[in-house]
Amino acid sequence: MPWRSGRLFKTLTRKHKMIRVLLSLVWLVASVGLAAAQDLQTVLQTHAEEVASPSRNSVSIVLDDLAELGSPQVSVFLEQWAERNIWQNDEAGLFFIGSKDGDVITLTDVDSGEATTAPSDGYTQLRPNGGVRRVIGSALVQFQLTDPDPDRRRSALESIGRRADASQLPLLEASLEGEAEPAIRARKVQLINFLTARFGAQTDDRVAAIESLSADTSVEARAVLSQILSTSTERTDGEPSGNIARVLDPSSDPAAFYAELVEADLAPPLVSPSDIRTALEANVVDGRVGDVPTARLGSDAARAEAYAALAADGRVPPLVSQSDVAQMLSRFTFYEKYDEADPTVTDAARATMDAVETRVGVAQTVDLALDGLSLASIYFLAAIGLAITFGQMGVINMAHGEFIMMGAYTGYVVQLFVPDYTISLLIALPLAFAVTFGAGVAMERLVIRHLYHRPLETLLATFGISIALQQIAKNVFGTQARPLTSPEWLGGALVISDVIQISYIRIAIFVLALVFLVLLLFILKKTRLGLEVRAVTQNPGMAASMGINPDRINMMTFGLGSGIAGVAGVGIGLYAQVTSEMGANYIVQSFMTVVVGGVGSVFGTLAGAGLIGFLQKGIEWLNPSNTLAAQTYMILFIILFIQFRPKGIVAPKGRAAAD
Amino acid sequence: MSETHMQPRTFIARNPSVLYFLAALGVFTAIVTVLSDATGAGLISTSFVKTLGKTLCLCLVAIAMDVVWGYCGILSLGHFAFFGIGGYAIGMWLMYARTELIVAESLAGQVIPPTPQEISDAIGNQIFGVVGSSEFPTIWMFADSLFVQLALVVLVPGLLALVFGWLAFRSRVTGVYLSILTQAMTLALALYLFQNDSGLRGNNGLSGLQNIPGFEDSGQDAISIAFFLASALALALGYVLFAWITDSKLGNIIQAIRDDESRVRFLGYHVESYKLFVFTVTAIVAGIAGALYYPQAGIINPAEIAPIASIYLAVWVAIGGRGRLYGAVIGAALVSLLSSWFTGGGAPNIDLGFYVVQWVDWWLVLLGLTFVLVTLFAPKGIAGVFDRLVRKS
Amino acid sequence: MVLWRVIVKAGLVCRTPNGDVYMTLFTKHSLAATAALLIAGSAAAQDCADPIKVGVLHSLSGTMAISETTLKDTMELLIKQQNEAGGLLGCQIETVVVDPASDWPLFAEKARELLTVSEVDVIFGSWTSVSRKSALPVLEELNGLMFYPVQYEGEESSRNVFYTGAAPNQQAIPATDYFLEELGVEKFALLGTDYVYPRTTNNILEQYLIDAGIPKENIFVNYTPFGHSDWSTIVGDVVELGADGSQVGVISTINGDANIGFYKELAAAGISADDIPVVAFSVGEEELSGLDTSDLVGHLAAWNYFQSAESDANAEWVAAWKAAMGEERVTNDPMEAHYIGFNMWVNAVKAAGTTDVDAVRTAMYGQEFPNLTGGTAVMLPNHHLAKPVLIGEITADGQFDIISQTKEVPGDAWTDFLPESAVLTSDWKELGCGMYNTKTETCVQLTSNY
Repeated sequence: MPWRSGRLFKTLTRKHKMIRVLLSLVWLVASVGLAAAQDLQTVLQTHAEEVASPSRNSVSIVLDDLAELGSPQVSVFLEQWAERNIWQNDEAGLFFIGSKDGDVITLTDVDSGEATTAPSDGYTQLRPNGGVRRVIGSALVQFQLTDPDPDRRRSALESIGRRADASQLPLLEASLEGEAEPAIRARKVQLINFLTARFGAQTDDRVAAIESLSADTSVEARAVLSQILSTSTERTDGEPSGNIARVLDPSSDPAAFYAELVEADLAPPLVSPSDIRTALEANVVDGRVGDVPTARLGSDAARAEAYAALAADGRVPPLVSQSDVAQMLSRFTFYEKYDEADPTVTDAARATMDAVETRVGVAQTVDLALDGLSLASIYFLAAIGLAITFGQMGVINMAHGEFIMMGAYTGYVVQLFVPDYTISLLIALPLAFAVTFGAGVAMERLVIRHLYHRPLETLLATFGISIALQQIAKNVFGTQARPLTSPEWLGGALVISDVIQISYIRIAIFVLALVFLVLLLFILKKTRLGLEVRAVTQNPGMAASMGINPDRINMMTFGLGSGIAGVAGVGIGLYAQVTSEMGANYIVQSFMTVVVGGVGSVFGTLAGAGLIGFLQKGIEWLNPSNTLAAQTYMILFIILFIQFRPKGIVAPKGRAAAD
Repeated sequence: MSETHMQPRTFIARNPSVLYFLAALGVFTAIVTVLSDATGAGLISTSFVKTLGKTLCLCLVAIAMDVVWGYCGILSLGHFAFFGIGGYAIGMWLMYARTELIVAESLAGQVIPPTPQEISDAIGNQIFGVVGSSEFPTIWMFADSLFVQLALVVLVPGLLALVFGWLAFRSRVTGVYLSILTQAMTLALALYLFQNDSGLRGNNGLSGLQNIPGFEDSGQDAISIAFFLASALALALGYVLFAWITDSKLGNIIQAIRDDESRVRFLGYHVESYKLFVFTVTAIVAGIAGALYYPQAGIINPAEIAPIASIYLAVWVAIGGRGRLYGAVIGAALVSLLSSWFTGGGAPNIDLGFYVVQWVDWWLVLLGLTFVLVTLFAPKGIAGVFDRLVRKS
Repeated sequence: MVLWRVIVKAGLVCRTPNGDVYMTLFTKHSLAATAALLIAGSAAAQDCADPIKVGVLHSLSGTMAISETTLKDTMELLIKQQNEAGGLLGCQIETVVVDPASDWPLFAEKARELLTVSEVDVIFGSWTSVSRKSALPVLEELNGLMFYPVQYEGEESSRNVFYTGAAPNQQAIPATDYFLEELGVEKFALLGTDYVYPRTTNNILEQYLIDAGIPKENIFVNYTPFGHSDWSTIVGDVVELGADGSQVGVISTINGDANIGFYKELAAAGISADDIPVVAFSVGEEELSGLDTSDLVGHLAAWNYFQSAESDANAEWVAAWKAAMGEERVTNDPMEAHYIGFNMWVNAVKAAGTTDVDAVRTAMYGQEFPNLTGGTAVMLPNHHLAKPVLIGEITADGQFDIISQTKEVPGDAWTDFLPESAVLTSDWKELGCGMYNTKTETCVQLTSNY
């Protein structure tokens, strides 16, 4: 089914159609009378339907006519058209450049540039789709390449980058001379190189251009090479001719190659079991088919017998056996032929491509490692708070995920009040810490304190808190995901090459994880609080007798762990979604991170996060089409891993070790 | 738990609660059966009979959980996985057999009898067509045999528990580590089943399980009562089995392991074997409970065995009261029935003037907080409170 | 005296959701109104002995509450409007709302409860396919009637369900055509959440693309779990597809929350709609309200309805919705499906003069009702609608710019692009079968595959 958009079915106000055609005819006659040379509006009116609802495949007729017109208004019109600033009068069908402001629309005549205003009711905005806009962009190239406005020149180059054709090469070369802006000039040189490689007239030039791409891993450069190397499959019963890429082996997939022959009417089609069935059904005579009673036809052997009998009578085409297929295939040579006729060029491209692919392989490995690192830092950030409460205190906090969620919602609420994303983020981070610190302390005082000698029961009590918090969040914030938007400077990605890139927000999360790692190590190893925490972890009774208040330390430790979860929530919310269930998505992973790493050690958690993050990315790479499988296998791996190192990578000390 | 004074001689005399429980269950079953649609009384709707039948299955898996946690001290957060496996095993046969009948009927009208391959293709297409494939995965190779699938209800959970338990107990993974590990097991299983490639229809799971092949002519009112009775019988048998196990010498050792594992080991017992036995037997009972539950629910899908389900199982047992079989029954029945009452809109909303408390929204909050309170103030659950009252009187 | 009794009876049995208290008031104070109604005509003949009840089977808690609560609100608004306009067959419509809590088995249980305990005349409900498949056996056993409002994977046509959402040929196929014809896409990335709708839709699309001459190796398929958030590798893989110079396009059947992470990653990677267009089948106004769309301008979605559709009916509907629910609330496609479905049901009940399922079902075929996007939706004998297909580009304010609209496309229950279902057709009116094999000319089965 071809795409039947606009042209045929667009819901234009059909009732006006007749009037409009009439009016525009009148207008045409009048304008032809007035001006000898055609103006833009006239050309547009002759293609009114196509302009109003253009299609990628047919818009070029309009564009050709416009280009022929050659008037300076054409490029203005085309730009405005692509920008969706062209409006059509519903009555007369005339086109204007317009900008809508409330109910009023300011209209500019496409030819004279005269401005008027009108109520917007009677006008329809033209909305060329993405494909059409791209074609318009290509048509604009010739006007924009030498435009004094550097933005226009840039957009012309962008168009060439997206849709290159041979005709652009001379235009580009001509425009290079006057180019003052170094960045644009460099880009032009690059594009000329690409175009020369593909469309250059001299073989030497092309080979040189191709060879210059050997260090370029960009998608664009590789696209140039693979377009030069594009092939088509052919077959012959004689000697293959042309610039041959490789000869294919039909025995690798006989069915597919035979199907090709059938399609070209060079071989009789195979008879499938369902064909046999249909043929037999059509030839039942007195309850028998070719002497076989129908009741017996419930087996393949009997069907083959009956079919053979029919074939012998010439009533059905004979079966094509495996040996027939093999014999047929052996008569033909199947091969791939380069579309490019010149073997010098394709050889150079092949060699360059091989070199590029090696580089791309390396780059992909680096990129995968970066992704792994990023995932590891996310897991680390989510789990580190848990590592403190679980590791130092032996408390299983199932509500940890809900603290992450609370942090994220804090970020969302702050953004409601502070519209500037940078400032709101600066407020949200400490505030999220404060909120979850408070929540953590409250939970420790009210619940966990009473359960220190019953670790399994803290698991259940905190689970109760977890489901309550989750539901409360749902009741307060609703079930929809809430937006938590990162500031402008965290948008975008650090692009090292087309293959290696990582978004700034992930880098920021990595930095945040790093900061917390250092901060925690500092607190635990270098401060009085840390000393006391470690003392209480190792022997609470002894610590108490040394004048440390274990109650206070427990409270502080729990608050700290919860506070970090809150900050992690802001980070996670920035790159993913903020929902009441977001915490639950991280809780099991976080526990595994801590357990795999080894309870009670910050470095253990780091190792656990690293192992899980890289492992998951590695498995994903092996099976890129199924991310879910990667997660399944990773968990299976963790289960096995714990069998062999039950205490994790870094074995724990303190209360947790006593279990 | 161990009583120091003289032990009565017979099992029943030592465990009067078994008798009370069986009597109560019998009376309850009889009342429900008499009042149901099936007998024409129509006072209890078919959908409520199904709810009650399912609740009995949940009670069965809850007592299994109680034995493994309350008696043996292993907080397994994965027992619902075994429950689900039981459901899948029976579900495969139910789907296969029902589809086979449909296919046979539709192919019967044709001039040429179908080949076995054609029948199998048509069944595969019917079952897997809706999830975008049509080939029979190898996992379905015994689906045509009720006997094998029934055996699998017992064998698969049993073997999985045996292998998993052997690995875990051998490495001396205990306490919260074991809890997290069992949780990982059920998560891995759920994720695996969520994949369409798993061959068990991914997120769609197995459905239409309430239509029992061969019983097309009996209405759901009769089928629901049949399953209700079967569930009650299974619960009774399970209760007696577990009461007997926990009462025996074996039961004493198990409880001793709960109280101090190292000491039991030093006494010369092979602790791992006892734990493995309890873990495996309870897994098998959970599988049987699942096989009875899902034909009443009508559908099983991977979300059923997500980690949260197993945590809820622990919640029921904790609220009901650990270390007492009837506690687990009370907890499972009470919480699951209350849940469906509150979320079903049965409970009246409370208008506070400035805010209307809708139970659909606030039930989970209430449940969560109740749970915290029970853990803090009634660690032995409802049954513990009950015991104290009985003892006082 | 007789008249009085009739009035009291009418008043007592025509219960509203507010319950009996209101009823007592009703009989006391609205005597005149009731009498007028009784005298008014045929409505008087209906003494509301059998109150009209509409069941709403949408999750109000759990993971699907995010989408389904809106539909419950939609139904309540529609029923309120209908009651204000005089109710149906002279009775006020009573709404019975239940919460299946995103728990698939509960859909079967609640459906049974609605049909046997509450004795509703019709159910409007379900969102996910698995929840529909859960309720299906119950609906078919008890001969209930359900309206299902969400776009789905097709391959089903139950006697007891009317599918008011899009079948694949009303959403996926036109959108793919748009990619092929209008955007000139040569390589396709089919990204989806791992469940039945994306799986089946992608299977259909893969076959469709191969038929359209796209080689199999130019189609990249990936499935991710629900709520997936780590998208960087997958986005990288998609960019990499363009390395041979082909135009790449993404067809997304990613569901729910996971979209937010996906679009954030797209925006961060600087992939504009001009480079790699993304068309989504599960992203509507509701989902976009969860993120900042300024970087997503130009990416696409295909639906049968957008809030930005310009028609008087839509303006009225959007205004009523915002008035009832709040200014910031948006409308979306499944809401329109319920809007059409409910109004068609009302008209069918009026035409049949009863709420009896079989009579209403027969009256449904050929029912017409104006779409909110202009044009008319028609109920086909295969229980699907003929509806126009719209393609919209995301705008900076979280709405869609409609750039293309087809005329009404008839929904196809069994796709023509998979060999097994190409031979199947559904026609409940003439053939009386939802799964009819046109090759062997037999009805495969009268019930559905669950």
